[in-house]
Amino acid sequence: MFQRLPDAGGERVSFTIDGRPAEALSGDSVAAALLANGVGACRTTPVSGAPRGPYCMMGVCFDCLVTIDGTGNQQGCQIRVRPGMRVETQNGKREIER
Amino acid sequence: MTERTRSDCDVAVIGGGLVGSAIAWGLAQQGQTVAVLDEGDVAVRPSRGNFALVWVQGKGLGLPEYAGWTKMSSDTWTGFAERLQEQTGIDVCYRRPGGFLPLLSEEEMERRAGQLRRLHNQPNVVRYDYEMMDRAAVAKEMPFIGKDVVGASYCPLDGHCNSLKLLRALHSGMSLSGVSYRPHHRVERIEPRDGGFRMVTASGDEVRSGKVVIAAGHDARRLAPMVGLDAPVRPERGHVIVTEKTAPFLNFPVGFIRQTDEGGVMIGDSFEDAGLDTTVRNGVTSTIADRALRIFPLLGKLNVVRTWAALRVLTPDGFPIYEQSTTMPGAFVATCHSGVTLAANHALALAPHIAAGTLPDEFSAFSARRFHVPAVA
Repeated sequence: MFQRLPDAGGERVSFTIDGRPAEALSGDSVAAALLANGVGACRTTPVSGAPRGPYCMMGVCFDCLVTIDGTGNQQGCQIRVRPGMRVETQNGKREIER
Repeated sequence: MTERTRSDCDVAVIGGGLVGSAIAWGLAQQGQTVAVLDEGDVAVRPSRGNFALVWVQGKGLGLPEYAGWTKMSSDTWTGFAERLQEQTGIDVCYRRPGGFLPLLSEEEMERRAGQLRRLHNQPNVVRYDYEMMDRAAVAKEMPFIGKDVVGASYCPLDGHCNSLKLLRALHSGMSLSGVSYRPHHRVERIEPRDGGFRMVTASGDEVRSGKVVIAAGHDARRLAPMVGLDAPVRPERGHVIVTEKTAPFLNFPVGFIRQTDEGGVMIGDSFEDAGLDTTVRNGVTSTIADRALRIFPLLGKLNVVRTWAALRVLTPDGFPIYEQSTTMPGAFVATCHSGVTLAANHALALAPHIAAGTLPDEFSAFSARRFHVPAVA
């Protein structure tokens, strides 16, 4: 659904989404990297279980919450993707231990 | 029926928070026609900021009748919640797993044990189980307690609910029971008229009723004297912190820390005199967060999503006032700071007496006359 602009540049960054190898460009936010990899829904809501994906891309809507390197409820749009980063989609509530 | 032709309703309840709503709902179940006169959402509304405990342990030192009244409400809460759900479809998520009050030093343990001993040694006090637990016993239920926790008091009767859903269920139940809820009805005057009462609101509306119940929280102080009653209440500010929603890990309400049915962890443990000011003070929130982290260090991993302050409605001794006016019979006052815990009683025990027009003798302990004892010279 999302395509990169033709002049988008940057180095390739390898990371994982739910354990699967994925690639992004340096400078991408985690949310942008998820969208570029075709992941539209990155979590389900804690109360009703409805799917949610990155929306505002500027830290306001909290819909892009994911688990990053084992810590839950991270705002994907506010964190840059790093080489080797483990990004996991999140089902419902985060766990207090992660 | 001549009275009805002069009155809009059998009973006017002033105040649409948890206390007023529970009473109004209860009156409607008794077949009374009821109008609730409420300031609306602009009101100083502890019912929207409270902590949602249905709590028994430790209550009633100095007034044994209050211990009994509290236990009675706790004992009827399950049935009350079921009736609300049957009628409205709203689950107020009442759970009664027992509650812990964690203690962080030997000195705190001794003080708490002494308090509870004195409470339960009072003459004619209701009997129920409670326990002082050492660290090992607490850790058995909650292995993640911090190293500073020395022990806890525990009572199997303690529980909690979703108090926002409780307020919503009561309002929905009122509506389904034919109660006329009237927001933007700040009452300015109450006067006896034609064997009943006439209320005039700030916007000039006039409401007539056979009886009137003042359940207006902080505003009871202003309204009660209009009908020969006294409600010397003052606001006491309490701060609450709530974290992001988290998978269930805390199975018990733990004093001033509890995990809600939806997963957020609430932390609230502060007591200040601040008038009607509900401003949040960072120093206060960091102090209560610090104590919560000593009790449960793993809370430190959670993000805080909201903090707020609300105002408890406190009488001079902290116990409720329930009273009928002697100079203007038919006028009642009901005020307390445990609108959640006591909701079942207000709906199922107090309302029927108000409907019948008489508070039985056991309510005399809750009269404001207890504040009028002349000082010893």
